Amino acid sequence: MASRAPGRWGKWLVSGPPLLYLLIFFAVPTLIMALASFRTPGEFGGLAPLIDDTGALDLNVESYARFVAEPVYAQVFLKSVWYALLTTLACLALAYPLAALIARSPKKYRNLLLLLVILPFWSNFLIRIYAWMIILGPQAALVRSVNGILGAFGMAPVSLLFSSFAVLACLVYVHLPFMVLPLYANLEKHDQALLDAAQDLGASAWQRFWRITFPLSLPGVYAGAALVFIPALGMFAIPDILGGPEDSLIGNVIKQQFLEARDWPFGSVLSIVLTVAALLLAGLAAWVGRGNLGTPSSAGESRA
Amino acid sequence: MALLEIQNVTRRFGDFTAVGGVSLAIEAGEFFTLLGPSGCGKTTLLRMIAGFDLPDAGRILLDGVDLADRPPEERPVRTVFQSYALFPHMTVEGNVAFPLKMAKTPPGQIAAKVAEALEDVRLTGFGKRYPHELSGGQKQRVAIARALVTHPTVLLLDEPLAALDAKLREDMQLELINLQKEVGITFVYVTHDQTEALALSHRIAVMNAGRVEQLDEPSRIYGFPRTRFVADFIGHCNLLAGPITANDQGIVTVDVAGLGPVRVAANTTLAPGRPGTVALRPEKARIEASAPAGTPDNHYRGTVSDLLYMGDVTVYIVDTPGGQKIEALLANSASGRAKFFEVGDPVEVSWPVAAGHFVEE
Repeated sequence: MASRAPGRWGKWLVSGPPLLYLLIFFAVPTLIMALASFRTPGEFGGLAPLIDDTGALDLNVESYARFVAEPVYAQVFLKSVWYALLTTLACLALAYPLAALIARSPKKYRNLLLLLVILPFWSNFLIRIYAWMIILGPQAALVRSVNGILGAFGMAPVSLLFSSFAVLACLVYVHLPFMVLPLYANLEKHDQALLDAAQDLGASAWQRFWRITFPLSLPGVYAGAALVFIPALGMFAIPDILGGPEDSLIGNVIKQQFLEARDWPFGSVLSIVLTVAALLLAGLAAWVGRGNLGTPSSAGESRA
Repeated sequence: MALLEIQNVTRRFGDFTAVGGVSLAIEAGEFFTLLGPSGCGKTTLLRMIAGFDLPDAGRILLDGVDLADRPPEERPVRTVFQSYALFPHMTVEGNVAFPLKMAKTPPGQIAAKVAEALEDVRLTGFGKRYPHELSGGQKQRVAIARALVTHPTVLLLDEPLAALDAKLREDMQLELINLQKEVGITFVYVTHDQTEALALSHRIAVMNAGRVEQLDEPSRIYGFPRTRFVADFIGHCNLLAGPITANDQGIVTVDVAGLGPVRVAANTTLAPGRPGTVALRPEKARIEASAPAGTPDNHYRGTVSDLLYMGDVTVYIVDTPGGQKIEALLANSASGRAKFFEVGDPVEVSWPVAAGHFVEE
């Protein structure tokens, strides 16, 4: 060991503060929530005392039993997974051509184009969602022209606002940059010589994409899918503002449990189920990504 | 009719003429090399044969058919790229099978053809490996197997050995010669390495500034360079230039500044007064401590000013009193000595008229 190498203390000095931050503001609250999921709701909201009147420790699985017994929650849960999945697929379909376009633009324009992709982040998240109310609202040109066309064919007018369409459209809009950026980072590194070689060896444009570009971009696809799917799964603001009563997602239910029903243990249960589900899905994606299902894998890249 | 005909091909990039009116006829089964410094247009020409670039003027014919409107994927021509361009997400087998799949080869035949191609490049047993698990030389062979598996009419090789170290490069040169003999496919080889070109090729086209300076067999390129550029680019060469003072009975005399008259056997009609150059290979110049026996055709005194000991040979730089430098090369092997002369030694340099080569340009 070289004496000038940072010692044990130097290492902790550098990585200690962020670790401490995560411990206090992430790990401890998660544990508190996990504990709360086994406690009894308080009479006026919040939590009942951990030690009850008889002096016994009041921990139970009643809230978990409720999640199993009332299928409505599992249904909302499945609907959330479905919406997050649709959002991820729509983002992928829109982001892939965009990322490829940016990656193949002349170098001097790439940073400008990337800046345009992340430009929406410069205005407030809620304000952008409210902007969608105006875009989809009854006075907007979009709805009026859609209804004009529908009317011409003798069909009843529709309302775009407060619908699944509005929720999904905004979910896609909000998450699109999270798909574009990792895809771009991946596609930008691709070696043109590989595509030349494939073409030289007889591959058509479609075959070059499907057999070379796409498999090599899978690490970017998985990263983008995780960055879109997981936040989309827990989203509550968009369904709250743009959705109808049928569009409540698991995020909305969790929020209701904590703020309106004031049933903290049950809210904690839903949160934990959500976290575990997201972890399982991310793990599954990583497992598939390593080529364990015989899919066109990124084995070469991940091992290199 | 030649297999591959390049007719008056020109390619410009803006004001820069990368390839200017090149015509070549490459025969079936030939190992043909395009040799030249970087920027001479050799790679541009190769890319036009492959179809990645199109000529601004002129035609490229393969078996008498104009290739102009056929994209790279439809040409019976394969390229071995300098960077190998192996697909990192496919095994060696996957890489070699790729062109077969693209050509819709019946799946039952693919394994046998892949095995055969890997055997040709001595990589049997490496099929399940990924490119990053291979050495540079092995990657190179996979790239060659992949390009040859569909039995193309022409194989284009773009500086394929440039990334290998010297020892491996020599081994691969021998393998390439044998492989080309074995498969009988026409090789068009691009390199800037003159020793590689001399060792491998049946014929060499030496290119400079977008044009072919000389097209010939390796021994003639080396022994009888047609231009100063070729003489200078291929191997080491003393270029002794000056006005012609006499041209009599096949012996030309050139008056070289700092040296005096240099006589060389030449078949030229250039009259006295015109400029000429005598190209003299260092190994053709004799270097001795005392005056040479007899009366050699060209004989000069000088002092060793520098020497390069290269193991098997030593290169001596001799300065004449007039300020001209002559490079002379002496093999060390026969004597068992490391060097014959030291810097500062007075020496006598001489050569017969037949040793030099007269270059008009």
